[in-house]
Amino acid sequence: MITFDQVTIHYDDAPEPALRDVDLTVEEGELCLVVGHTGVGKSTLLGAVNGLVPHFTGGTLYGRVTVDGRDTAHHPPRELADVVGVVGQDPIDGFVTDTVEEELAYAMEQLATPPATMRKRVEETLDLLGLADLRHRALHELSGGQQQRVAIGSVLTAHPRILVLDEPTSALDPTAAEEVLAAVTRLVHDLGVTVLMAEHRLERVVQYADRVLHLPGDGHARIGPPADILRTSTIAPPIVELGRAADWSPLPLSIRDARRAAVPLRARLADRTPDPVRPAPAEDRARLLTARGVTVTYKSVPAVREVDLDLHAGEVTALMGRNGSGKSSLLWALQGSGPRRAGTVKVTEPHGRAGTDPHTVTAARARTLVGLVPQTPADLLYLESVAQELDQADAESGTAESARAILDRLAPAIDDATHPRDLSEGQKLALVLAIQLAAAPRVLLLDEPTRGLDYRAKTALIGVVDALAAEGRSVVISTHDVEFAARAADRVVVMAEGDIVADGPTADVIVSSPVFAPQTAKILAPLPYLTVAQFVDARSAASGEGTAHDIT
Amino acid sequence: MTAVTRTTVAAPATGSGPSPDAGGRRLPRTLHPVAWWVWALALATAVSRTNNPLLLFLVLAVLGYVVSARRTEAPWARGFKYYLYLALTVVAIRVVFRAVFATGITPRDHFLFSLPHIPTPHWYAGIRIGGPVSLEAVLSAATDGLRLACMLCCIGAANTLANPKRALRVLPGALYELGVAVTVAISVAPQLVQSVQRVARARKLRAGRTRGMRALRGIVVPVLEDALERSLRLAAAMDSRGYGRAGTATRRSRRITGALMLLGMCGLCAGAYGLLDATAPAFLGLPAMGLGAVLCVAGLRLGGRRVTRTTYRPDPWRLPEWAVAGSGVLSAILLFSNLGYDPAQLNSTFYPLTWPGLPLVPTAAILLAGTAGVVAPPPGPVQRGDAS
Repeated sequence: MITFDQVTIHYDDAPEPALRDVDLTVEEGELCLVVGHTGVGKSTLLGAVNGLVPHFTGGTLYGRVTVDGRDTAHHPPRELADVVGVVGQDPIDGFVTDTVEEELAYAMEQLATPPATMRKRVEETLDLLGLADLRHRALHELSGGQQQRVAIGSVLTAHPRILVLDEPTSALDPTAAEEVLAAVTRLVHDLGVTVLMAEHRLERVVQYADRVLHLPGDGHARIGPPADILRTSTIAPPIVELGRAADWSPLPLSIRDARRAAVPLRARLADRTPDPVRPAPAEDRARLLTARGVTVTYKSVPAVREVDLDLHAGEVTALMGRNGSGKSSLLWALQGSGPRRAGTVKVTEPHGRAGTDPHTVTAARARTLVGLVPQTPADLLYLESVAQELDQADAESGTAESARAILDRLAPAIDDATHPRDLSEGQKLALVLAIQLAAAPRVLLLDEPTRGLDYRAKTALIGVVDALAAEGRSVVISTHDVEFAARAADRVVVMAEGDIVADGPTADVIVSSPVFAPQTAKILAPLPYLTVAQFVDARSAASGEGTAHDIT
Repeated sequence: MTAVTRTTVAAPATGSGPSPDAGGRRLPRTLHPVAWWVWALALATAVSRTNNPLLLFLVLAVLGYVVSARRTEAPWARGFKYYLYLALTVVAIRVVFRAVFATGITPRDHFLFSLPHIPTPHWYAGIRIGGPVSLEAVLSAATDGLRLACMLCCIGAANTLANPKRALRVLPGALYELGVAVTVAISVAPQLVQSVQRVARARKLRAGRTRGMRALRGIVVPVLEDALERSLRLAAAMDSRGYGRAGTATRRSRRITGALMLLGMCGLCAGAYGLLDATAPAFLGLPAMGLGAVLCVAGLRLGGRRVTRTTYRPDPWRLPEWAVAGSGVLSAILLFSNLGYDPAQLNSTFYPLTWPGLPLVPTAAILLAGTAGVVAPPPGPVQRGDAS
């Protein structure tokens, strides 16, 4: 279906080619997963399938890409629209019309499909993706998962043989992501559509993949069965890491297979209590922020309802919940610059003065009390270079440590002259963090920082967050990523419809939940393990004891 | 005409109730948007002919009846009352201006009230401010305003009855890109507003200034970068969904299209000039206008060939569409024909003040336009494009 023949893609301003000598064939009806770190050319590879690279993006393509027998060199993307359907990361960016039904028909109108056929296909697609109830709704009032399903449907109506999905779930909460992935697998199994999909959070999709295409970062590509490729790849979901650590062969890729493989392991570990993921916080931690009865409403629709929350020094809190459950509103209200209808927020200041409300003081003062990194960090960046941004941060609130020093600590080796827009998502986050930390707030709130980060960047973020907590700050991270929360947080707060529905130590809150439990917990339940690292420690301790026992 | 006779029976039951009626035995469907526009514009043309307040009120009543009988529940269909407010404002402004910039009063006029007279300097003597105001002056200003208000309401009714976006879709193929640009602009505007709000909020986090030029830069730069990236992604999405696929046009046919359009436009301009300027030679008037129009239509048709597209669920043009558009056009023709009535009756006289008459034929013509409320099929309970 898709053939890459000695393909090298070189962007004009890049020193190295983005892809080098890629040879691959994707067969019909296959679900092929593209994995790799940020910036290794995943989007380039996906874009090359329908000719967006290089027709739209520029650059030079050597070699030959053929799709269903058509050479992309001679067919621009619009001429391939009947063969390849492309769905991007943020569905709302690709919408041309404004209601579900018209959006579904758009591609067919361009392809000059006869009206009767169009009508029939729209009805079929509505049913196929479970959108029938939404057909007259405006696109912007749908939830993220619904929007993404409409986006998939809008390319499906043209009956493409190939579907290219570039991180379709990265903006979605776990439930919405499941919804979209279920729709995709259904297409593969029921209709035999060929799917090429890039995804950061492998734990969700790896079990559905027929083959995995791994881009190690040097421009080459390796393709093979998931179990083979993932055994050695640099990125792997927790289930694979666990499988590697336990030497399971073949490598299980679904929770069910892993649980069956783990039966003897669970028996062996049954009488051990694992070490906690993170060192237990001290008992006498100072309370840095006290919120009582915080209520936020938008046009009298409550977003946050009378929430009480205490934040302590040296504590990392994960704030979880579906999209629209009030997480962002709560963070903005705690910082003081967002609206707050009722309630009090008191922040303890370092010099003993207790109880300053960040909402009542100036913005400059509020940011020395509570720092907030918004969902789109780039909103804070407006100058031409990293150096200018950092200088501006120092000028805005000069404290003991310069923003440059903080940035070097968080993410070393970011060049001064780089334009902030050219940074990767992880680097942008680090830059904005450094700018916010220049004001030395003791409470730091991060609104969905894990969005768009790969495994490596997430691990780096955990390191940063740990360091901040060790300095005695209190860090709150709102996130959908359960694996991240399991590794990074001391405490998890779950929100639903503006209420806090669960608040407690990470292990207690997420192990018991079917939605929020990390993969390790699902595999090793009822044992209270959360991360692979915990398991590795426990096993080496066990084998150590075991050996000692054997000797005596 | 069977459809029409059948509904006249069903109509009394529906009346002019507050909610759109279920339409008796006819299947609910949306009327072709162009039919409503033709009807409304024809009615507006008819209105421009008269300033008889009785006829104008009759037009308002007809508009109110048709709108309440055939509008949908969509957001854009709730706008008629704003057009009414606008119409009231127009009348009020007209009357106030007439009262303030008084033109004086003659002994035969009915004195109404007097405003304090403000003396104007002698070089400004042409205009008087304040002074006595007569009933005749106020009434004539009010009817003038009412005529303008009626025309406004006609446009408002068209906007209320026909989805503006669907109206754009009937543009000829050659203008398809224009329609897409408008649709995209309409959907992008709210996103831009959101983007500005988000960035302005984020500015506060940096304690940056929220006023002045430097703050403007802090807001404008991220918003523009955001908008630019977004439009690039939209362009990529449209490209990969087949937007702008090549049709059958060759380089030669494109050139011919361009030439036809250019000549046609020249013809239209010359025609307009010829019609408006009485001293222009006769061939510049209607003949040039007609030739220009023909050339433009030919250019559009030829240009339309290069766009190969189909329309999803196109609105059909059937008997009700003919009936609605026809009722509007017929009433306009009747009001311009001067057949069977004295044209003077269309314009009420204020000097001396007389009660306006209700000439039979124009009244019938306007009532005829009102039958659109009956001959149009009832709108469905849920409309396509409802939530736009």
